[in-house]
Amino acid sequence: MEEIERISEELGLRKEEYQKVVEILGRVPTPTEIAMFSVEWSEHCGYPHSRRWFELFPRQGHFPALFGEDAGGIIYDDLAIIFKMESHNHPSQIEPKQGAATGIGGVIRDILGSGARPIACFDSLRFGPLEDRNSRYVFRGVVEGIAFYGNCVGVPTVGGELYFHPAFRGNCLVNVMCVGVAEKGKLAQAVARGEGNIVLYVGNKTGRDGIGGCSILASQEFADGEEKRPSVQIGDPFTEKCLIEATLEALATGFVVGVKDMGAAGLTCSASEMAAAGKSGVELDLDRVPLREEGMEAWEIMMSESQERMLLCVARGREEEIRKIFKKWGLEAEIVGKVTGSGRVTIIHRGEVVADIPANELTAPPVYTPPRKRPTYLDEVNSLSLQSLPLPTDYENVVLTMLSSPNLCSRRWVYEQYDHMVQTNTVVLPGKGASVLRVKGKKWGIAVTTDCNPVYCYLDPYRGAQMAVAEAALNLSACGARPAGITDCLNFGNPEKPDRYWQFVEAVKGIADASRFFGLPIVSGNVSFYNENPRGTIYPVPTIGMVGIIEDVEQAVDGVFKEEGHIVVLLGKVREELGGSEYLRVIHNLEAGPLPSFSLNEEKALQELLIELISGGFVVSASDVSEGGLLFTLLEACLAGECPLGVMVNVEPWNSLRMDAVLFGEGRGRVLLSLREENYSKVAVMAQEKGVPFAVLGRVGGRDFLIRNGREVLVALPVLDLKERWESVLS
Amino acid sequence: MRFGVVVFPGSNCDYDCYYVLSRVMQIDTVWLWHEDRDLRGCDCVVLPGGFSYGDYLRTGAIARFSPIMASIRKFVQEGGFVLGICNGFQILLESGLLPGALLPNRDGHFVCRYTYLKVENTDTPFTRLFSPGEVIRIPIAHHQGNFFMPFAELEELKKNRQIVFRYCGPHGEEDERFNPNGSLENVAGIASSDFRVLGMMPHPERASEAILGSQDGKKLFLSLITWLKENQGGRN
Repeated sequence: MEEIERISEELGLRKEEYQKVVEILGRVPTPTEIAMFSVEWSEHCGYPHSRRWFELFPRQGHFPALFGEDAGGIIYDDLAIIFKMESHNHPSQIEPKQGAATGIGGVIRDILGSGARPIACFDSLRFGPLEDRNSRYVFRGVVEGIAFYGNCVGVPTVGGELYFHPAFRGNCLVNVMCVGVAEKGKLAQAVARGEGNIVLYVGNKTGRDGIGGCSILASQEFADGEEKRPSVQIGDPFTEKCLIEATLEALATGFVVGVKDMGAAGLTCSASEMAAAGKSGVELDLDRVPLREEGMEAWEIMMSESQERMLLCVARGREEEIRKIFKKWGLEAEIVGKVTGSGRVTIIHRGEVVADIPANELTAPPVYTPPRKRPTYLDEVNSLSLQSLPLPTDYENVVLTMLSSPNLCSRRWVYEQYDHMVQTNTVVLPGKGASVLRVKGKKWGIAVTTDCNPVYCYLDPYRGAQMAVAEAALNLSACGARPAGITDCLNFGNPEKPDRYWQFVEAVKGIADASRFFGLPIVSGNVSFYNENPRGTIYPVPTIGMVGIIEDVEQAVDGVFKEEGHIVVLLGKVREELGGSEYLRVIHNLEAGPLPSFSLNEEKALQELLIELISGGFVVSASDVSEGGLLFTLLEACLAGECPLGVMVNVEPWNSLRMDAVLFGEGRGRVLLSLREENYSKVAVMAQEKGVPFAVLGRVGGRDFLIRNGREVLVALPVLDLKERWESVLS
Repeated sequence: MRFGVVVFPGSNCDYDCYYVLSRVMQIDTVWLWHEDRDLRGCDCVVLPGGFSYGDYLRTGAIARFSPIMASIRKFVQEGGFVLGICNGFQILLESGLLPGALLPNRDGHFVCRYTYLKVENTDTPFTRLFSPGEVIRIPIAHHQGNFFMPFAELEELKKNRQIVFRYCGPHGEEDERFNPNGSLENVAGIASSDFRVLGMMPHPERASEAILGSQDGKKLFLSLITWLKENQGGRN
């Protein structure tokens, strides 16, 4: 009795949770049962601290939305576009290469489990400062892991984010998003139903890796010097590639009743959730599970998070046909059990029943709403006064200093290590704005982006989260796409600490309000709590992954200047604001708010205007103004092409404002355009009709990046030099 | 006329090649499974890119032992056409169907980017529609594309004009700056001495549609297709 309570505590179950388990079973649980409850009720699987807040999220939008067990999506034309973002933060911090690699593997299988072919991956990454040795090691390891796994598995890695900040020292964030496409009538479900149907285990063998990955690793804080490496899984992208092909082939036969990835919480999660979803029971014989090593105990088999495994429910009598497909691809395919009418998950090992749990109880973890409290730091950091801030005397120097910030430099060194073109759908390549993918045989295309600024969310979690939604939507509109749906990955500290939990709830409300305003359903997501190191919590990071539809993919534009002579235009208001900016952080060593003003109405008008302008073919390039402000948006537009182009810009219209605020302020609701001369008046009229401020900045051309204020030259730097510096920061 | 695309477990550019041949080029194209021995009457077999059998050992080292490679060896002896792209090129070298070796990239990591190539020999069935010295734009994506062979062999290769593509700059500059992986003399693709087997690291199937930013790769497929048309299948 005491022994079993001790095991329960070690596996991360609370005392009251143990009591609940005893109540459910009406007896003392077995070690295997305790193991199963501990993973299924863990934060990572069961979302006990976060679940209730998801009721705030909108489920309807401009396009019909889909909600599945592991991923959701939208329907457009005759296809379903399925997407999901997942975190793999703690595994990546401990073992960067394998942690990141298996993060990709897991989210790809979530997409696969819905019956969709994975077509693209995106990585939203956050690390400690680059000059920090350990952070650099983690950063490089993560990039290596993404390349190792992503390149082999044949799903292009076409976009994402990369951000460095001391808040992520000792606890990096690796959020991976995958997008897939399926015929809308052929989606798969994560169910086990039909008494007597077969439960088929496919993919890799089960080993002792990743035991407790979701409960011990993902649902606790890091303490000093703790050894958690054995909880990290090992990835095999080759097997995953074969698993993708075999699973899609098996689904196409029509004999697969249900399918689910064995990801976090492994066999426990897939068996119990498939049974619960099918309102049926499942009986598994663990002696038939393919094992990598001998002598594994039942609880180890049920908790293992070995990668590249799926559980299938197959129509009785068709199992050999399905097994043959997996065997053809060189994969394990073993009948491990059957569907029952008992409503229970029954586990047999060495001839004995080692667990027997009602499926719906196992999959209904308790819900917690711990106390929350507004953190005290907020008042302190939101009292920026611009008057006390000295103006730069040498703007060129400021530009060069900021250029070497790893948050503003080119990401080329990273994305060139990823195969971003395989599957031949990538229309807008990385580094130029949102990613655009064509869909073979269709006129329309898909645009995808991931966005979140941790400093904004630290200064104001509610507004910061809203701004992340707005930025993602504007990114998509700026390539001509209509925003269609969201997946989110909510990275926060320990929810049992009131200030962290307050940040979480505020951010959720921010996402909910902004996405409801824009008409965007939140179709899937993930929560990662306990992102702390012994020194404190990370900054709150509610990463937004957004998918949009572009009606004519040939009309898509990116953010890069194309030709000398094109007119450069700014849409949106310029205000005297610097709150939360990279400029304040890098140049003044200040992290301070209030955040720049921000209006959902202005954002919406701008989105609509962009979609109209781009579908009309009136715009050559468009990019939203974000980190680094107007100046760095201009700089990227100059440098991100194959051959850099110069620009001549005059900011005289705003010379009544502080010049650093004009150049580096990160006020939202602004977009930089380049256009052909002949479209100028058309664009001006259309902007006016939508009530969007419109101003000419200058022209593309010359060898220099030239910024003037009237006659005064603020910046004149050769673009070839700038490009070299900009691209060499990370390498 | 028929093309075949070989599928090894772990191939990941197989569908891309199949799509370009069957949809863009409108050619009868069939899948060839690695365990097959029958090449189903193909005039040209394409070995696509990817990670055959995971490539956990040396790239292409396991694929050379697959049943289909035995048939392809015979097919080559009979004068059949084979195009090996990326991993396919690596497999051709491991199989001894082309000379040389591909080492890990100079910078030690995978590189995916557009490259410029100079077409060094336009007197081959694969390149006949290019103009001599033409500079084309085709992407690469590999970890081991650093071409190497002993000096004497390289001289032989040059003499026979078997070097078909070299990495270069946008204006044809053949210097080290534009060498993405450290290949000897910027070699990007080579052919057998009868010019019926071509191996190349760049991916022509990724540059065969305007929407993807380049159609230069399409010209390669078109070259071979027109040659096969004019020579009625081309088998000896």
